[in-house]
Amino acid sequence: MRIVTARRISQIFFFLLSLWFCIVSTLGEQWWQLRGWPVNWLIQLDPLVGLGTLLATGTLYAGLLWGLLTVVLTILLGRFFCGWLCPFGTLHQAVGWLANRGRKASAMNAANRYRRGQGVKYALLVFLLGAAAGDLMGRLLRLPIDSPWVVIGIIATLLLLGIVVHYLRTISGLRWVTGVALVAIGWLILGFFTDGSRLLAASLQTGLLDPIPLFFRSVNLSLLPLIDGRLVALSPASRLYPGVFAIGVIFWTAVFLNLVIPRFYCRFVCPLGALFGVLGKNALWRVGQRADGCTACGDCDRYCEGGCEPSSVIRTPECILCMNCLADCRHGVMGYHLHASAAGEVAVPDISKRELVAALAAGVTAVPLARLAGMTGDAWTPAVIRPPGSLPEEAFLQRCIKCGQCMRVCPTNVIHPAAFQAGIEGIWTPMLNFRMGTSGCQHGCIACGNLCPTAAIRPISIGERLGKGDFEARGPIRIGMAFVDRGRCLPWAMDRPCIVCQENCPVSPKAIFTRIEFRPVRLDGDLHLRGMTGNRLTFDGPALPSDRFATGDYYVSLDGNPGMIPVRIVDIGPGGITLEDHPFTANTAEEDRITLLVRLQLPYVDPARCIGCGVCEHECPVKGRRAIRVTAENETRERRHRLLL
Amino acid sequence: MTEQPIDRREFLNRCTQAGLSVAAAGALGIGFHDGKAPAALSETAETVQIPDFSIAEMSGKICIARGTAQGMDRAGTVRQAFDALGGMKAFVKPGERVLLKVNAAFASPPALGATSHPDLVAAVVRLCLDAGASRVIVTDNPINDPASCFALTGIDAAARLAGAEVVIPRESLFQRFSVSGGRLIRDWPVLYAPLARVDRIIGMAPVKDHHRSGASMTLKNWYGLLGGRRNIFHQDIHTIIQELAMMIKPTVVVLDGTQSMMSNGPTGGSLSDLKPTGTLIVSTDPVAADAVGATLLGRTAADLPFIAKAESIGAGTANYRSLNLKEIQAS
Repeated sequence: MRIVTARRISQIFFFLLSLWFCIVSTLGEQWWQLRGWPVNWLIQLDPLVGLGTLLATGTLYAGLLWGLLTVVLTILLGRFFCGWLCPFGTLHQAVGWLANRGRKASAMNAANRYRRGQGVKYALLVFLLGAAAGDLMGRLLRLPIDSPWVVIGIIATLLLLGIVVHYLRTISGLRWVTGVALVAIGWLILGFFTDGSRLLAASLQTGLLDPIPLFFRSVNLSLLPLIDGRLVALSPASRLYPGVFAIGVIFWTAVFLNLVIPRFYCRFVCPLGALFGVLGKNALWRVGQRADGCTACGDCDRYCEGGCEPSSVIRTPECILCMNCLADCRHGVMGYHLHASAAGEVAVPDISKRELVAALAAGVTAVPLARLAGMTGDAWTPAVIRPPGSLPEEAFLQRCIKCGQCMRVCPTNVIHPAAFQAGIEGIWTPMLNFRMGTSGCQHGCIACGNLCPTAAIRPISIGERLGKGDFEARGPIRIGMAFVDRGRCLPWAMDRPCIVCQENCPVSPKAIFTRIEFRPVRLDGDLHLRGMTGNRLTFDGPALPSDRFATGDYYVSLDGNPGMIPVRIVDIGPGGITLEDHPFTANTAEEDRITLLVRLQLPYVDPARCIGCGVCEHECPVKGRRAIRVTAENETRERRHRLLL
Repeated sequence: MTEQPIDRREFLNRCTQAGLSVAAAGALGIGFHDGKAPAALSETAETVQIPDFSIAEMSGKICIARGTAQGMDRAGTVRQAFDALGGMKAFVKPGERVLLKVNAAFASPPALGATSHPDLVAAVVRLCLDAGASRVIVTDNPINDPASCFALTGIDAAARLAGAEVVIPRESLFQRFSVSGGRLIRDWPVLYAPLARVDRIIGMAPVKDHHRSGASMTLKNWYGLLGGRRNIFHQDIHTIIQELAMMIKPTVVVLDGTQSMMSNGPTGGSLSDLKPTGTLIVSTDPVAADAVGATLLGRTAADLPFIAKAESIGAGTANYRSLNLKEIQAS
């Protein structure tokens, strides 16, 4: 079998596998549903997810250790992931192939030549990792103040080493000493300047451009809902994701850019590819030319996927091991072997020291700049309700890769990608929108946290969610709290019985309770007593349609009987009003004014019981802007959002 | 066409590099691997302790100083009251560091009586320094903007002129603290840094009406050592005052009833809210001091549930007449 055939098989396999994982991320027990499929495996294999969270949090969560396998293979083999595995790369390659069929060799060679812009992806990688490293930097900067002796020790050792080097070899030792001294001075000064500043923070933004989360997010949120119909029936109701437009536009833009330059995204943008370029720059095996036999025909460049120019000095960090050059070389010159290309190679990624420092500094400073908005502090948005089990906001932003797995698996479709509600850092992070979906956040569901590949949403148990068993003392997880909008609520504002919210409250005892109030009904004129026989009462005044007032919710009282308990209307007919009881006393006189009353159950929320599940908001019949709405107030994940003692 | 020979040296170099890279990546990955998910909330280690600042042999001493009808000079009165209890030297030993926890809650002028009077603050600072205190610190965590509060109440200028150091709270001065046996003050930010630097603490509060708790006097005054969203404790005001009494065992308290804020407390805002009550209390028992203060507001200790609550945990007694009571007429 030719090596390109093997590559194509691998690509197709992993592409279909990723689509399959997207499809089976459906909650259920069917074979095509989530029932043990390792749906996060490709995300876990992506070492940028692991590296980003490691930098941001100092830990590598569970399955993200798979990324280590990719790293080791890349160090040995080069960017095999890009050429053989990445589903987004496969899509680009396929679209690029389709778009460029029939183009002349010269045009293809021009399209696939190396461009200086391919260095941009390294800058993007460094920027994103810089943003994730803010916390680590803050800790390093605090070191001179917290433990000055350790710092003095480190600096002294380095200087001593430099001096020794200087005397032993008499080369560049002094420059080295100066360098160390300058770095140390800068470190100390920055340390003192940032002391006590809590703005140096880490924010994991790799997921914006990391192709694996991007692919999963785009397929899960913008593709599957479109094909979810009769043939592919994944969910009972159409899945909606407000704000998904931008996700789709970015996805299709990246795909259609292949019409301009094949694998545009991989060559210019992809931070994961950049990471592989750095890791694989000294790979043991690499693509290159043998010593002689090359006629400079240029066929090897024609279908080069990486734009790495195998015909001349090959740029190893750009080579994605598509192996097209091996297949296309008619002279048997190209090979994948242990020695460097005979025509020479560039092993270093195309980014200057200056660009590297600029990108790093921009990344490290971008997060503190974003934090000035205060959205992780006093200016937090109560509209951002995070899924149950979510970490406190700052820790959440250090882990969430915006892959959309939680949104995909959520059985009720209430988890949505945020736009700017959670701040610039929170783009496409999950937030709950109870107006949408098939219900609120299901009381007994813990799917999102158990699918989250980075534990931004912790994998909680049902017991922890409900506050049962070991978690009895801590109580249930609250994601927010419902507030009744008395200006919009049917019973509160419009004298209409309702309390759908109370009925649907899944908490026991219910978090929504009611208080009864009788309110006079607004009529076109007064009602006066004319006479009474038994429980039947005749009256003068406006007509009382029985379909409206004989519903069981309406009562009468007589003004002549102060303190009387209102009596329920059973029926209204030509003969007058039939009452449930005979309410009248000796004081009752003809011509007494009758007050028609409606019995209302007014809903109240008990903050000690409400868990913010939003079922009430979802069910509220005031459909536009609900009359009961959940905000993140009183959520358990943030201590300072608590409302009660 | 010949196979290019592999440069042995270069190949070994590369193998070394690859080996080192793999080892480094492996060490990082496995070293930092975390099989379990992070905890829901990071629990901080509760290590800080607040010492007992009271002096055993001075317990149960209270002096009620009443002024003349013409009004009273706070500085003179407080000196005489301390003298009646054995002088400031009985409370502050030479070389000791003293914290004055004043009431600087609002950015309002001293004449409105919502905050500790600067004259009184300055007088107590001088008494401490005269008794040999090595350092006097004045602090509070006000409700309004801290810097404005200290400036507009006149406390900042008066205290510094008298020789004290004024500590305006910053986030870095707070530490999480739990009152042992407490229910509300659990893992809560407390203005700890100044507390950690002193040997004695003197509480200073004016007598004020307080709509939620009934009265704001020396016990309620410790609220100003709390940080964070402390106003959620208003849901259980009497218990939080009780826990504050558990948290701080002061050396002595000074309750200023020269004028009492009878209405619109605790902010006041109008001279008509104030009434000359001509009384100043110096007491080692804050509960007793507040019990006396209650009478100035026309209330009794029984009207103020926090007094009984503070009594029940042994912070003092509302029956101030049972104590070693000195009543003096300030001249």
